Amino acid sequence: NVFSRRVRGVGFMTWLSLLRVTVQRLLSTSQPSVDPKEMRKFQLLAHKWWDEQGEYSALHSLNDIRVPFIRDTLLNVGSTYQRGSPLSGIRILDVGCGGGLLSEPLGRLGASVTGIDPLEENIRTADQHKSFDPVLAKRIQYKSGSLEEIVEESVETFDVIVASEVVEHVADLEMFIKCCSQVLKPGGSLFVTTINKTQLSYILGIVIAEKILGIVPEGTHEWEKFVPPEELQHLLEAYGFSVKAVNGMLYNPLTGSWSWMESTSINYALHAVRSEDQAQTSQTEPLSEMESEQCSVTAGTS
Amino acid sequence: ASAVMAAACGRALLVPFGGRFWACPRAPLRSLTAAAPLYDVVVSGGGMVGSAMAAALGHDIHFHDKKIALLEAGPRKEYHLPESYSNRVSSISPGSATLLSSFGAWDHVCSLRCKPFRRMQVWDACSEAIITFEKDDLDDMGYIVENDVIMSALTKQLDAVADRVEVFYGSRAVGYTWPLPSHSCDTSPWVQIELADGRRLQTKLLIGADGHNSVVRKEAEIQNIEHQYDQSAVVATLHLSEATDNNVAWQRFLPTGPIALLPLSDTASSLVWSTSHEHASELLTMDKESFVDSINTAFWSNVNHSDFTDAAGAMFRSVLSLLKPSGTAMRQLPPSVAKVDAESRAVFPLGMGHATQYVRHRVALIGDAAHRVHPLAGQGVNLGFGDIACLAHHLSAAAFNGQDLGSLKHLLRFETERQRHNVSLIAAIDLLKRLYSTSLVPLVLLRTWGLQATNALPPVKVRFFFCTR
Repeated sequence: NVFSRRVRGVGFMTWLSLLRVTVQRLLSTSQPSVDPKEMRKFQLLAHKWWDEQGEYSALHSLNDIRVPFIRDTLLNVGSTYQRGSPLSGIRILDVGCGGGLLSEPLGRLGASVTGIDPLEENIRTADQHKSFDPVLAKRIQYKSGSLEEIVEESVETFDVIVASEVVEHVADLEMFIKCCSQVLKPGGSLFVTTINKTQLSYILGIVIAEKILGIVPEGTHEWEKFVPPEELQHLLEAYGFSVKAVNGMLYNPLTGSWSWMESTSINYALHAVRSEDQAQTSQTEPLSEMESEQCSVTAGTS
Repeated sequence: ASAVMAAACGRALLVPFGGRFWACPRAPLRSLTAAAPLYDVVVSGGGMVGSAMAAALGHDIHFHDKKIALLEAGPRKEYHLPESYSNRVSSISPGSATLLSSFGAWDHVCSLRCKPFRRMQVWDACSEAIITFEKDDLDDMGYIVENDVIMSALTKQLDAVADRVEVFYGSRAVGYTWPLPSHSCDTSPWVQIELADGRRLQTKLLIGADGHNSVVRKEAEIQNIEHQYDQSAVVATLHLSEATDNNVAWQRFLPTGPIALLPLSDTASSLVWSTSHEHASELLTMDKESFVDSINTAFWSNVNHSDFTDAAGAMFRSVLSLLKPSGTAMRQLPPSVAKVDAESRAVFPLGMGHATQYVRHRVALIGDAAHRVHPLAGQGVNLGFGDIACLAHHLSAAAFNGQDLGSLKHLLRFETERQRHNVSLIAAIDLLKRLYSTSLVPLVLLRTWGLQATNALPPVKVRFFFCTR
């Protein structure tokens, strides 16, 4: 009987740990875009977002080119312009909003912004920072969570999705893009800024930026997860997007400022539009696995 | 505990920005500031420069949804154009006229009254040297406008955007509380302003346009390089002996200081006479006939000439006419003055000043709060209008990019641009003032030859002229 009790005890403990592991695995497969390692990296810097001269200074100055890019593209697409509020009436989803560095300028330009980030601390920082400005407090809503979690309740709700400096931290890029297309209205815009996967981006983006100059905190980026624009474009087209513009960006560490450049070999910004035709999305899905295999083959040789 | 941590973080930030952030933690807790209304921009000081700044922002398309406030200590003045001219006038450059017309104020000025002038003659009392300025196409070089007329035009344009710009008359700011650097937790990130009647305001950007004794500048602990001149300026409204075209501005450098006659109409001119304090009070108290005599003597008499400098000047001029035949000009005489308007004589002291910094986190200085000059070049208010054009341009771009208006990034760009323009001009005006305050022969020779050469060499003359636009 002692033996049987011990066996039952062991059995119960094993069952519990098995349950824990299964639950964890289940949870992680339901959030394939969120990588726990990545989350830990950003946890340490959660309170540094709004220090314009601190670790995130390059992201602050990135606003000087990414906000005009988003604003001017949307102004060209839209028909009405309201004085003083160029983005008025537009619903934007800022995925991986961090401390709200991009959400706030978009909110000031009149948009209704929903910012999501998997890290609680980031959302807390962002909420606290916007709370002092009554106009921003009304226009911006922050939610903690991943893109997959909001897909259920937000099908075709947003006019624009912005994923700036995010896709290079995502675990499953394809799932990420699929969720974007579900959450975007037909004809809606997707803006992505990220880093290309080239030798140059390794030397400049990791060796120099992180290890030598310390522009970016060390360990922020992993070269393996960088996304070449060709691969991104392929995936987007597979999920019913049409890519309208791809522009290279360059960071000057001496002046601390960004500028546009011809070549996309380091950083780049991309604008894509979700097609109006719904049927296209379901037809291309079975092809996507084969296409992504082809993509990884070509990526390996580039 | 969070306030202490915030203060510690704040101090660590001082180094990179060179002390532009506030050293002492003076920001109040969030709960105390919840009630005070929040503005995007507050302009402190409702003079010509402050009012023009508020009007320029109020009429800017990117500020359509923003809230602006203008604080003025005096009461609101209803203006009705009087028959006689006011004794406080300004020389408005074409660049300033462009700024005023950008928000519709220049039309009001022209419909009230203003006098364009086409030529400027500047000459020495100690020699025959003269320099004349005029535009090749005989266009207007500048405009003489009464300060009251400019204020009336600005008030009208402020009324036109009353839904965006709130003007607080009879409101003097008595205290400012500065925010901590941006990333602190419980304290308000905005500038807190306390008015004399106890009301409080909050703002994302405070613009100090409160004159050369600026309270904003003092409270922000921005160092000011200042110097009181040993001169006062006497102003008056004069009537000419006979009606004339009167489109020339005259200025003669006497050993005691420059005397200037600025045209107001075909029969009236405005006097600005910078002279020693004793002479200024003499001029103020003497009877009208003696006053008029002094003015005419100052412009016409050659008592300060010496044979030596006359000969040296004549010799230099003949050399110049060999090199550049068209480069010498004959001195013309200004119109003679017949009488002075009653009650129009006034005196005010002169000084020079320059703030070492024009901007801090969430603060910018414009106009006399940032820089104060001698009236000899007629540039005082034009420098202020130049500040407005530059700051409004940077703030408009920042608003269109959705940026925080109080951010140092664009404020520093404004400061660099304006300091680059202002510092050399202010130094040149100060140098001219000192150079012309003496009758020592070597310096008289230097400035005589310098003036003659400048008059003869178009590139130098044009550059000086455009510098003062």
